[in-house]
Amino acid sequence: MSSFWSWYIAIISLANILACVWLIRWTAKKRPGEAAEHETTGHEWDGLREYNNPMPRWWLWLFYISIVFGLIYLVLYPGLGNFQGVLGWSQYSAWEDEVERVEEQVSPLFASYAEMPIPELAENDEAMQTGRRLFGNNCAVCHGADGGGRPGFPNIANNVWQWGGEPDEIRKSVMDGRQAVMPPMGAALGEDGVEEVAAYVFSLSGRDAPEDLVSRGAERFAAQCAACHGPDGQGNKALGAPNLTDDNWTYGGGLEAIKTSIRDGRRGRMPAQKELLGEDRVHVLAAYVYSLSAHEREQEAGSDD
Amino acid sequence: MDSAIKYNENVVRQFALMTVVWGVVGMAVGVLIAAQLIWPALNFDVPWLSYGRLRPLHTNAVIFAFGGSALFATSYWVVQRTCHTPLFLPRLASFTFWGWQTVIVLAAITLPLGITQSKEYAELEWPIAVLIAVVWISYAIVFFGTIVKRNVKHIYVANWFYGAFIITIAVLHIVNNLAIPVSLTKSYPVYAGAVDAMVQWWYGHNAVGFFLTAGFLGMMYYFIPKQANRPIYSYRLSIVHFWALISTYMWAGPHHLHYTALPEWAQSLGMVFSLILLAPSWGGMINGIMTLSGAWHKLRTDPILKFLIVSLSFYGMATFEGPMMSIKTVNALSHYTDWTIGHVHAGALGWVAFITFGAIYALIPKLYGREVMHSVKAIELHFWIATIGVVLYIAAMWIAGVMQGLMWRAVNPDGTLTYTFIESLVATYPYYMVRLLGGILFLIGMLIMAWNVWMTTRPVKAGETVTAAQEA
Repeated sequence: MSSFWSWYIAIISLANILACVWLIRWTAKKRPGEAAEHETTGHEWDGLREYNNPMPRWWLWLFYISIVFGLIYLVLYPGLGNFQGVLGWSQYSAWEDEVERVEEQVSPLFASYAEMPIPELAENDEAMQTGRRLFGNNCAVCHGADGGGRPGFPNIANNVWQWGGEPDEIRKSVMDGRQAVMPPMGAALGEDGVEEVAAYVFSLSGRDAPEDLVSRGAERFAAQCAACHGPDGQGNKALGAPNLTDDNWTYGGGLEAIKTSIRDGRRGRMPAQKELLGEDRVHVLAAYVYSLSAHEREQEAGSDD
Repeated sequence: MDSAIKYNENVVRQFALMTVVWGVVGMAVGVLIAAQLIWPALNFDVPWLSYGRLRPLHTNAVIFAFGGSALFATSYWVVQRTCHTPLFLPRLASFTFWGWQTVIVLAAITLPLGITQSKEYAELEWPIAVLIAVVWISYAIVFFGTIVKRNVKHIYVANWFYGAFIITIAVLHIVNNLAIPVSLTKSYPVYAGAVDAMVQWWYGHNAVGFFLTAGFLGMMYYFIPKQANRPIYSYRLSIVHFWALISTYMWAGPHHLHYTALPEWAQSLGMVFSLILLAPSWGGMINGIMTLSGAWHKLRTDPILKFLIVSLSFYGMATFEGPMMSIKTVNALSHYTDWTIGHVHAGALGWVAFITFGAIYALIPKLYGREVMHSVKAIELHFWIATIGVVLYIAAMWIAGVMQGLMWRAVNPDGTLTYTFIESLVATYPYYMVRLLGGILFLIGMLIMAWNVWMTTRPVKAGETVTAAQEA
């Protein structure tokens, strides 16, 4: 702010405050010939009159005290234009100091967690309590409090992974985010083509669909979709192309939802957390996400035996 | 007083009746959205009934339709009688009635349709904003024209407050609504970023200060001494608190933007002037309540006086609470919580609505040639139901707000937040229930008033006699 505006602000602020003091003193002054206390001023409107009582003393004190407090505050804190106040306080430095103080207190704890491998950390109760709270305040708004997902936001608690479920893959998803692009295929396929491919994709998870649509859809799928989703529709984790055969759907598995996905495409975006939370917290979060599917992972491991 | 003066009572009658109608509508919408916060399904999946569209409808209906009509009605009544002259340009006054009602109906149509500027308390799109400006300037011409042709030397204190309210609202409304239209239903403000936010809250807080405070203080300065039949307590006090109030209120807006991108000097000035505002605000309360000294016994028997005096108690509470909440460290706890909602309703229900009830109950019989309202007992009943309603409402929101503020800031030793937002929401449900109950009680009181006004104003059939005087 230029020094003109700085002075302008400082002067009119102080002038307004001091004008209050002048107003009190000027009004309180006794004038010759005026009505005595407990008498009316002699004016009358529609039968209404006014006493000439003095202002209550306690109220005047309240007024003066608030004015004095205000003036002291403006000496101590930023307020009068560019004058920063003698305390040098600022909301920015106050916030930065507090963050720094808390960071100093808690960073050793997170540093020790960061040294533990994710599967081990996922079994550390105390770390998982921390992870649960980090998840609740940073992730649950999209993925749900239990990680069960919402339409458009994947379920991350069922051991089905679009970008891979290995500890390092989960960590990378949280750290750097993910950008998934299903291109809109409506123009390339035409409405008939969308219908056919949708029927084929619908059938991939073991559901019945009209034979002729499915067979024509399979041909189109091989030509247009297999590059990302694989020849048998099992997906490609490197590209984030989901498995279409496991009946696990981020955007809905109904025929209409599948058609919309094919026709208009989808854009999934997991925001990167590295800058927001820092690497050590992301490590704990990755372990917590890993722990959400621990039960499924064990069952699957058991059934493989 | 010259009893031969033929005052213009028609426009006062019109506005007084619409005050009651819009009170019922605005409070009913308030009850609906309070219920929606508990049971979101009550929007019935209809976009026009969604919370985000009905909430501005509620605020516009209670502030500008209910409160606005009450201010028009009482200011037109007061300015004629205290200037001892009929209204200046009565046809223009009639235009302000029809114009203002048109604004309200347009608001009731456009807001549920989702047509909005997204500025709180200034949602209405530019064609309606232009109509408001035209009506308001007409209002100023009628009001100040009447003052100019007055037949008494001095201007009565109520008219200072009404006058300040009319001038300031014109300035606030026009400056905050400066926008570039891109179509009939869409415009963009000329301000951007932190400047836009500052202009909006300069407007927003002064809408509270001048529409909901100065205007209703004008009402207070006429109806309390009239109803108590006592002189105003202190002329000196009214001078000091008037000038101090209107000059310091102008600065208080930035306290809505503490700890934001707003420059720190503006935040500090907002806080300092909000604190200095405490005494000037209380000046009005003292002057009103002390007017009753020597006539306290009237409170026992006159429910209208009960409304008027209790409104000042809520006014005193809310204007103490406001400066406290403007202190940055208190605001860090209270901001964005339901405490703010509680604070607003302490003022809106306890002060604005109560003083309006009192004034309208005093006016209606005079406007319809009756001695008193149809049922004085019903006024008494309205008073108690409404009082219990306000107390439940604001107590629930105080507790909910402080609880939310404490939950949001609770931190564990590991630096993580103790609670998620959703946990604070779950914890708030019981208080939302109490708030809804308080709101329902307040609405029931309003319906009792509507019935009472209907019974007082309906044409008396042949053979029927007016019995209100005996009932009282």
